[in-house]
Amino acid sequence: MAKVHVETTINGDAVEFLCEADETLLDVLRDELGLTGSKEGCGSGDCGACSVMLDGRLVCACLVLGAELGGRAVETIENMADGEVLHPLQRQFLEHAALQCGVCTPGILVAAKALLDKHPEPSETEVRYWLAGNLCRCTGYDKIVRAVMDAATEMRGS
Amino acid sequence: MPNDAKSSGLAPDKKLKWVGTRPLRPDGVDKVTGRAKFGADLYLPGMLIGRVLRSPHPHARIISIDTAKAEALPGVKAVVTRDDFHDMESEFVPAGEMLVNYRDIVRNVMAREKVLYDGHAVAAVAATSNAVAKRALKLIEVDYEPLPHVIDVLEAMEPDAPLLHEDMITAGVEPAPDKPSNVAKVVEFVLGDVDAGFAQAEVIVERTFQTKPVHQAYIEPHACVASVSEDGQAELWCTTQGHYVVRGHCARLLGMDISKLRVTASEIGGGFGGKTVVYLEPVALALSAKACRPVKMVMSRDEVFRASGPTSGAHMRIKVGATKDGRITAAEADLKYQAGAFQGSPVQPGAMCAFAPYDLENVKVVGYDVVTNRPKVAAYRAPGAPISEYAVECVIDELARKLGLDPIEFRLANAAKEGTRAAYGPKFGPIGLVETLQQAKAHPHYTAPLGRDQGRGVASGFWFNIGGETCASLNINEDGTATLMAGTPDIGGSRASLCMMAAEELGIELDLIRPIIADTSTLGYTFLTGGSRVTFAGGIATIDAAQDAIRQLCERAAKVWEIPSDAVEWEDGYAKPAGANAGDFEPMSLAEIAKIAGKTGGPIVGHAQINAQGAGPSLGTHIVDVEVDRETGRVTVVRYTVLQDAGKAVHPAYVEGQYQGGAVQGIGWALNEEYVYGADGRLENPGFLDYRIPVASDVPMIDTVIVEVPNPRHPYGVRGVGETPIVPPMAAITNALADALGIRFTELPMSPPKVLAAIGEAAAAE
Amino acid sequence: MARVVLSGNLKKYTGGETEVELEAGNVRQLFRALGERYPDLKPHLEAGLAVAIDGQIYQDAWLEPIPPDAEVHLLPQIAGG
Repeated sequence: MAKVHVETTINGDAVEFLCEADETLLDVLRDELGLTGSKEGCGSGDCGACSVMLDGRLVCACLVLGAELGGRAVETIENMADGEVLHPLQRQFLEHAALQCGVCTPGILVAAKALLDKHPEPSETEVRYWLAGNLCRCTGYDKIVRAVMDAATEMRGS
Repeated sequence: MPNDAKSSGLAPDKKLKWVGTRPLRPDGVDKVTGRAKFGADLYLPGMLIGRVLRSPHPHARIISIDTAKAEALPGVKAVVTRDDFHDMESEFVPAGEMLVNYRDIVRNVMAREKVLYDGHAVAAVAATSNAVAKRALKLIEVDYEPLPHVIDVLEAMEPDAPLLHEDMITAGVEPAPDKPSNVAKVVEFVLGDVDAGFAQAEVIVERTFQTKPVHQAYIEPHACVASVSEDGQAELWCTTQGHYVVRGHCARLLGMDISKLRVTASEIGGGFGGKTVVYLEPVALALSAKACRPVKMVMSRDEVFRASGPTSGAHMRIKVGATKDGRITAAEADLKYQAGAFQGSPVQPGAMCAFAPYDLENVKVVGYDVVTNRPKVAAYRAPGAPISEYAVECVIDELARKLGLDPIEFRLANAAKEGTRAAYGPKFGPIGLVETLQQAKAHPHYTAPLGRDQGRGVASGFWFNIGGETCASLNINEDGTATLMAGTPDIGGSRASLCMMAAEELGIELDLIRPIIADTSTLGYTFLTGGSRVTFAGGIATIDAAQDAIRQLCERAAKVWEIPSDAVEWEDGYAKPAGANAGDFEPMSLAEIAKIAGKTGGPIVGHAQINAQGAGPSLGTHIVDVEVDRETGRVTVVRYTVLQDAGKAVHPAYVEGQYQGGAVQGIGWALNEEYVYGADGRLENPGFLDYRIPVASDVPMIDTVIVEVPNPRHPYGVRGVGETPIVPPMAAITNALADALGIRFTELPMSPPKVLAAIGEAAAAE
Repeated sequence: MARVVLSGNLKKYTGGETEVELEAGNVRQLFRALGERYPDLKPHLEAGLAVAIDGQIYQDAWLEPIPPDAEVHLLPQIAGG
């Protein structure tokens, strides 16, 4: 079966690629486009390690087909820093030691940014429930939640 | 001179500049930007994709395997089966307490006579794409003769149970049995006379417990890229806790010289013990050798659960007796652990740890290593100990309450201290159990008021920790910066701690030292990351390497000043004349000496290659508050405090992280995680939806208290901390539920259906 | 003379004896002496054993000295996860 030709926008850049009909956005990002920051932890949308933004909405890239991307816009972890300036969330994660092995970190950062962009003043409970779709096995979530709360404070300018 | 008590971090007048602070980790930016490369993140030109064909049967004889159609499929470049691996002699190689047998390893990597679990590897292909590889697997024809299977540990011990290995004669039994069985080994630890001890007891509690296999559930699946050249030299990139161990196993299995296999450890997305063994790596190498192209293999999440080792499920009987005034007189345990398809459950360390927190005269622990048709177990954070200590800590709690004693006071009255004879034989050096118990009792958590349907529980835990073979190399660069080469993959931030210890010794700014994790060809043999050994053993090696560099730096300054080298000392990053008699010379900085290294003899490299001994055990006490929803059976952890002895916290944030991460894994183990098998012997929940680990909304903040009772065998007093935190949670939560509901659970996990059923039964009984 | 205590399982290879006094300057010499005294024990001294000397545990440390009158325990080797 012939591959599908797709034209889309990834991290603000016009991109085109070929993919199999059953390849996911995650497969495309990693295997076709070299954007390996998004990780595959489960392939079934349960772990959130592949979290990306699709047209401004938080999704699991493993649940989106590459063939669906025509004319749409994707933002990945690779776009979170502004040149060499880290996003406050990235900085707070480092300050708080909110990562140990780091494999869930890209997904959690993308998800956390999606939260703070929409809800700049979340409570601890809101942060926890928003991040419930991002599994972390190393940290027990404590420092992650603290980092997100402090980033929210910083971003509000308080 | 370096390396004496005065310069050691343990000296009371020594002010530490870096050790004990919280700098940013050197690899942090790569991790928060997605730049860091994990196992599946490597792509090589010409790379093929490898996939494994796995058994659908829990137990079956393999009559034949026909790969012809798969080999003929366009795009398939190599196919391997059992015929591509040499059979191995039965030989036990110590991989710590889980003695590994290469005859078993080669069969676990690729089934030979039989398949022994749902998911057991039977064949593998390498093809030009994932799609072609999956099509090729469907074309492999395997003729199985299904056999009856057994997955329960007690059923496997029955005389008429289906036999996994026809030649398994139970070791450790005199006289040896004349018939094979599924019991691989019996182990025993005895101190004193338990019968006499129980005769003295005025109160005895005896309970049986059951736990289910739980998986380490690292978020990153197993992954590797193997590249074998036409002359048999090979490179392997893999996510692993121990790339030198992987090298050794693969070289053995493939009949290669170790020097011809260069293994690079990628960044690792979690391990917890589960990535200390080989699964895909020998297969990828075999495929690459046939295809003469790089082969990448990545497990799906389904494969991770079905075919990589969880830890054992167990059936246990615990009996403890005490006098009315709270002194334990005897303790007994029967532990039956399942090993999965091949022998080697952690029942031995489980048996040794069971009563380790206590000062006892009469102890008897018997352990059974039992094979079952499930994936072969692998190490999981303090292997064996969370299981046995869970059961013991529940009985200790019940005994305390029967005696009308506060559970912490009861533990204090019987706590192991320095000089106590461990239940497994030798006497303890300095340990911090008492300190954690005292601080737990004094902690505001312990006396905070509880609400409706809430309860509080306490439990303690112990793990030995290890040292082991470790190399370190400290290259002093021409510009006065330094590169630290470590051999232990960094699972949790340890490279930060290693740099901090190097900076402390050298007396230079932390930022001037950059770490790398060396590959197996670049640095001498280094045992795996595990056993809570990296900050301890890696620390000692790093410190020794730094002191070796300092010796050389002082020698160079001495040459320049034309004085004897023992007339030069090192202080705060400078070589100085030692005393007025040595001469009046301006101190030389590390950078100044490094700049002229070439002219004064050559490059300056400090190195160390040790087998670190003297790891100190880490003990801890946890306090947990739970709330029960009586309508759904859901148990919520509302407050959690970990108090644990770290000896010396080099980087407190990463020590806290270990306490918190281990506690939350324990919460999952206690309340929800379990392997669910159907009657057909197949795993029903091989995914994160139904193998439910704790998510952010399941747990509160985890408060931590770092106790420091220094380990005299480490220059800064370090004890490993990574494993102990998973030991207390299951009992602490069970004890909290007993407090909340008046119901003593004796099975894990205490998931909502089970709690609800128990509440219903208790209500009906009233 | 070192006082050597053998952990539970090993007594099956020593005819039930769990404590023995032996001359040994280091761990390797101790294993040799034990192997000579109890031939059935010898293969089990090759692999998977740790030694505690006056409470301090040593793994794979053939050359570790054993002070006179030390209390020595033979234990299963330990790793971790």
